[in-house]
Amino acid sequence: MRIELVRRPQHSALFSALSPFIALGLTLVAGAIMFSLLGKNPVDALYYYFIDPLTGIWDPGNRWQLHELAIKAAPLILIAVGLSVCFLSNNWNIGAEGQFIAGAVAGSFIPVLFPDFQTWATLPLMLIFGMAGGAAYAAIPAFLKVKFNTNEILTSLMLVYVAQLFNDWLVRGIWRNPEGMSFPGTIRFNEYAILPQIWPDAGRAHWGFVFALVAAVAVWFMLSKMLKGFEVKVLGQSPRAGRFAGFSSAKMVFFVFLLAGALAGLAGICEVAGPIEHLNEKISIGYGFTAIIVAFLGRLNPLGIVAAGLILALTYLGGESAQIALGVSDKAVRAFQGMLLFFVLACDTLIHYRIRIVGALATKAGEATQNA
Amino acid sequence: MLEQIIITIATAATPLLIASIGELVVERSGVLNLGVEGMMVMGAVTGFGVALLTGSPWLGVLAAIIVGALFSLLFGFLTLTLVTNQVATGLALTLLGLGLSGMIGESFVGLPGVKLAAIYIPGLTDLPFVGKLLFGQDPIFYLSILLTVGVAWFLFRTRAGLTLRAVGDNHGSAHALGINVIGIRYLAVMFGGACAGLAGGFLSLVYTPQWIENMTAGRGWIALALVVFASWRPLRVLAGAYLFGAVSIGQLHAQALGIGIPSQLLSSLPYLATILVLVLISRNKRLTMINTPASLGRPFVPDR
Repeated sequence: MRIELVRRPQHSALFSALSPFIALGLTLVAGAIMFSLLGKNPVDALYYYFIDPLTGIWDPGNRWQLHELAIKAAPLILIAVGLSVCFLSNNWNIGAEGQFIAGAVAGSFIPVLFPDFQTWATLPLMLIFGMAGGAAYAAIPAFLKVKFNTNEILTSLMLVYVAQLFNDWLVRGIWRNPEGMSFPGTIRFNEYAILPQIWPDAGRAHWGFVFALVAAVAVWFMLSKMLKGFEVKVLGQSPRAGRFAGFSSAKMVFFVFLLAGALAGLAGICEVAGPIEHLNEKISIGYGFTAIIVAFLGRLNPLGIVAAGLILALTYLGGESAQIALGVSDKAVRAFQGMLLFFVLACDTLIHYRIRIVGALATKAGEATQNA
Repeated sequence: MLEQIIITIATAATPLLIASIGELVVERSGVLNLGVEGMMVMGAVTGFGVALLTGSPWLGVLAAIIVGALFSLLFGFLTLTLVTNQVATGLALTLLGLGLSGMIGESFVGLPGVKLAAIYIPGLTDLPFVGKLLFGQDPIFYLSILLTVGVAWFLFRTRAGLTLRAVGDNHGSAHALGINVIGIRYLAVMFGGACAGLAGGFLSLVYTPQWIENMTAGRGWIALALVVFASWRPLRVLAGAYLFGAVSIGQLHAQALGIGIPSQLLSSLPYLATILVLVLISRNKRLTMINTPASLGRPFVPDR
C-alpha cells in the first residue's frame, strides 16, 4: 500500500477554505491523544484549553479574559502579518523574535534614559523608535542577502540569539533599575510612556490590538488591491517572470524585511509599553516563532491571520488555565503549537493534489496492464 | 595545558560535526531539512531520559539515534510524500521538537545525569602530551571522525554515493534512469535524523550530562550553516566544526578570565561568527552555485 498524489488541474477552492479547519480538527485529535498519554482526561484538557478562556463571551464576570486574549493576540497578529508578506515573496525571515526584541529595546531607551521627558509626544516617539529599531535589525539579513547572497534563514535566526543576549546585557547591566532588588529589568515606565488600555473598566487590553487590526487590513489591502502586492506575489512565485515585468528582487528583499521588521518592532514596543510596563530579560514568550505558525494557519492572508492569531493566543491562555485546573505542564502549549503547524502544512497538500491510497492489489494490476 | 584545550575544543566541535555530516548527506540528496535543531533536542532529551532510567549511557546513545531518525520521518513524510514546502516543514519540525522536548524533559530538570565515560587504554592513554588526546577521549569523538571519513568515502568513492548525489543534482534525470528518488531521499533524511539525534545525545550524555530546556542553544542552526560554509564537502565540515569549537571554547575561557568584556557579548560570538563565515563563503556567487546540489529544496512528484 502506498500514497500517490494526483495533481489537480486547478487548485481546489473548497480545500483552500477547508484545510485550516481540517488541520485544527486533526490537532485537537492529536492533542486529545497527547493528554491521555499524560494521564489527563482529554475532554477536560481540551475544555480548559479552548473553552474555559472564552467564558467571557457569555459571562460578563469573566470578560477580562477576552482582554487577555487580545493582549496575547496583538503581537502574534502584528508579527505574522509582516511575515506573510516575506513568505509570499519567498523571503524566509525567521528572525522576527529578534526584531521584536530590537523594537522593544529601541523604543524603551526614551523612558529609561530620559525618565523626565514626559509629554504627549513620549509614547508616539517610542512607537516610532520601536518600528525603526525592528526595521533596522531586519535590514541586516536583507542587506547581507542582497549584497553577499547570504542565506537569510540562517542569518536572521542567528540574530535572534544576538538580540536576546544584548537585551539580557542591557537589563542586567547599564539599564538595570538600581532599586529593582536583584531582579534584572529597567525602571518602570512613566505614565506618558505607557500604552493606554482600550477600555480600562473591563480589562487590560491595550491599543496594540487595534494597531494589529489596522496593520492586517492595510497589508491585506496592499496585497490584494495594489500593484505592490502583485509584485510581491509575482516575485515570490517566479522571480524570472518578475524580472521580465521590471520588478526588482533586491528592492523587494528590502521592502519585505523592513515591513516585517517594523511590524515586529511595533509588537515589541507595544508589549513593553503595554502589559509589562518596563523592559526585562523575558519580554517575549516566543511570539516571533509562534507567529510563523500563525502566518501559515492564516494561509498567508492578513485577514486569515487575525483569526489564526486569536486561535494561537487562545492556546497560550488555555495552557495557563489547564495548568491551574488540571496540572498539565505549561510546556504542552509549545508542543501543541508545533503539532498544529505540521497539520496545517500537511493539509495544504490537499489544495493542489488529490490523494490516492493505492493498495498492493491495485499496484499489481496496474503493473500487469502496463506490461501487457 | 595545550592538550587539554584541544580536547575541550574537540568536545565542543563533536556535536556540530555529527549534526552537520548528517545534514550534508540530506542536502546532497536534494532535501533541505531545517529541523536539525528540533531533532537534536529530541535526541538530547531521550538520550538523557533513557540513560537515567536504565543507568546505561550506551542505551541512551542508542535511544537518541533512534528517536532522531523516527522524528525525521515526520519531516520525510510531509516533504517527500505530501510534497509540502521544505523550509516551512523543517521549521515546523524544530518548533515541535523544542516544544515536545520541553514537555518530556520537565521531570528531568535538575537531576544529575549519567556520563558516558572516556575510553582508557593502559599504556597508550598515559603517554605524555598526546595520550589523552588520541587515546583518552569519549567514544563518540572517535565515532564522529569515522563518520566523517566514512561519509566522504561513501559520497565520492561508491556507486551508491554517486546515485545519491545524482538524485540531489537532478532528480528528474535520476528518476528517468529508474532510480527511486523518493526512496533514496527517505533514507538520507533518516540518516540525517539519526546523526542529529546522536549529536543531541552527545550534548546531554557527554558535554553537560544533565537536561536543560533548549540545551541545544542554536547548535542545530550552526550545523546547518556549517554545511553551507563547507560547500557540501565532508572534510571541510570537519575543519569548520573545529573552527567553531575553538570560537566557543575561546569565548568560554575569556569569560572565565574575566577580561572586562560582558559575558553576553562573548556568548554571542559563535552566532556572529556564523554570520561572518556565511557572508565570506556566499559572496562568491559562482562558487556557491557550482557546489550547491542543484535540486536542493525543490519538490519532486514522480509522474505516472
